[in-house]
Amino acid sequence: MDWPFFIESSIAGVATGALYSLVALGFVIIYKATKVINFAIGEIMMLSAYLFLTFAGTFGWHPFVALPLAVIGGGLLGGIIEKTIIRPMLGEPPISVIMVTIGLSNILVGSAQVLWGGGPRVLPSFLPKQPIFIGDLYISSKLAYSALIAVCILACYLIYFRFSRGGVALRATASDQAASFSMGISVPKVFNFAWIFGCMAAALAGVLVSASGGLSPYSGGMALSILVVVIFGGLDSIAGALIGGLFVGWIETLAGALWGGEYKMLAIFTLLTFVLVLKPHGLFGTKEIERL
Amino acid sequence: MRIGDAVSTYRGDETIFRTQTQKIWMGILVIALILFPFISSPYMLFLGCMVGIAVISATGLNILVGLTGQISLGHGGFMGVGAYSAVWLADTFGMSLALTLPLAGIMTALVGMVVGLPSLRVKGLYLAIATMAASVILHFIFVHWESVTGGNRGFNLQNAAIFNIKLDSDFRMYFIIIPLAVLAVLGTRNLLRTRIGRAFIAIRDRDISAEVLGVNLLKYKLMSFGLSSFYAGCAGALWAYFFKIVTPESFPFETSIFYLAAIIVGGMGTVLGPILGAAFMTLVPEMLKLMTELVGPILPNAQVLLSPVKGMVFGLLIVGFLLFEPHGLCELWRRIQRFFRIWPFKT
Repeated sequence: MDWPFFIESSIAGVATGALYSLVALGFVIIYKATKVINFAIGEIMMLSAYLFLTFAGTFGWHPFVALPLAVIGGGLLGGIIEKTIIRPMLGEPPISVIMVTIGLSNILVGSAQVLWGGGPRVLPSFLPKQPIFIGDLYISSKLAYSALIAVCILACYLIYFRFSRGGVALRATASDQAASFSMGISVPKVFNFAWIFGCMAAALAGVLVSASGGLSPYSGGMALSILVVVIFGGLDSIAGALIGGLFVGWIETLAGALWGGEYKMLAIFTLLTFVLVLKPHGLFGTKEIERL
Repeated sequence: MRIGDAVSTYRGDETIFRTQTQKIWMGILVIALILFPFISSPYMLFLGCMVGIAVISATGLNILVGLTGQISLGHGGFMGVGAYSAVWLADTFGMSLALTLPLAGIMTALVGMVVGLPSLRVKGLYLAIATMAASVILHFIFVHWESVTGGNRGFNLQNAAIFNIKLDSDFRMYFIIIPLAVLAVLGTRNLLRTRIGRAFIAIRDRDISAEVLGVNLLKYKLMSFGLSSFYAGCAGALWAYFFKIVTPESFPFETSIFYLAAIIVGGMGTVLGPILGAAFMTLVPEMLKLMTELVGPILPNAQVLLSPVKGMVFGLLIVGFLLFEPHGLCELWRRIQRFFRIWPFKT
């Protein structure tokens, strides 16, 4: 393997990784606030991409109007899901909550098939097509611009959660629900807010991923990589989600470039197994101390 | 009416069949199961066999998830291991089912114990993902270890026989599958009244407390993984003998989800639950297929909608049961029983 190829693949991998980081951030926000593992996040990405397809393709609106609308649609979907399905599961064992989100993902896939048909679709292109060259290195422009947008939005999220009232409320809820409730933070609102913001991040990533990779009712399956990302970085660590996303994206793309597409999953899941054996709570996850 | 089951000894309290009525009903059930293939249509017989296999597998998953409280998303992969072991042994060494079935089970149990190793360090959500990783890696092995699994083309079973009797019809398979399913269920019921079963339940309720009480976590968690995958391996082997072909796509990731859904819909941690759940979840898609045939004349594109509607109903069942009836079909059944227990005297 020669160096230019390696560097090209690495850049593509890190760009894919930036998108993973964005989804993983959505995932971690939801997990931190509500302790729910959201197996339906891939399907929320997929549905938002279909919303974008409808707004930009069928209605013919300008993509930069359609994109925010699709993201808001994804956020609303998240909010509704939280209110109607996740809230009643509060306090149930983890297996039940996991299964509810898995059931939900089945419902969402079915609805997408009924509403938009089962076949693959292509999103109207809205990113510049001019390929980018750094010296002799070729970078796909769609991927590069997607990664750029993802990084900007990631920065916005991080700044928002660091400095705003909502962000403080979220972090307070994550560290101690009862204490923050008694300090006047409306924990149910934080739950809802976390789902809306988490799903908005996923929705944006969904549109960006489908813009370069195509879209079908089953494209939610890519969220399997996201699970690896969040376990790798630690379920409740935002820094872990960012670094994990970049790293897993890089490893996945390299494995695909070196040995072929079918080795992608094998590579990242083998990585996952090693992480679980060596550091069971991920790189930056909080180690839980159990008391009787 | 089912009264007069007061007991005065611990042994009596632990008996599997407590009352005369219960024994009579069990007898009727056994006779019905024996007579079923003689009067049913071939299609019903096929469904009967499918339900039997699903019951064995779901009962196994219930030991791990319902009794021991360890989440596993690798059950489909385990069934695959059982299926491949059985067909490979049968075709390479010409063994009969009487040998391949237990060997496939043991092989799968060993794989299951290896997969269960992380359960000693991680639990809950992390364990779910670890078992999912195992199922991805197993699927990869099924596709790429071509000398044993036949790769993507799959493996055709030529030599399906038990004690030189060819297993070439659903009718014969039925009499292999159903007795094994009954055995599996009785075995689980019996397990519940031993030290092992009680240890499993203690681990589920609070593993640290269980350890303090002297339950060896390493031993019992691995035993639970082993037992559960033994059941899965046997179910997979029967599946392979039933369809005579195994491909990597026979046991996709959705299989694991299907069985988790089955035990949730049936009722986790009970003996009856997985039976009801497995039967229900196997039969619902068939009902939907039947319904599309009925509404076919009115709704011409019903056939196209069948697959998405199946997925939606599957999801709705999981979500609906978890939200509105977390104890599953088993609890509904108990409610009916409670009503009839003193029925003519109080309604």
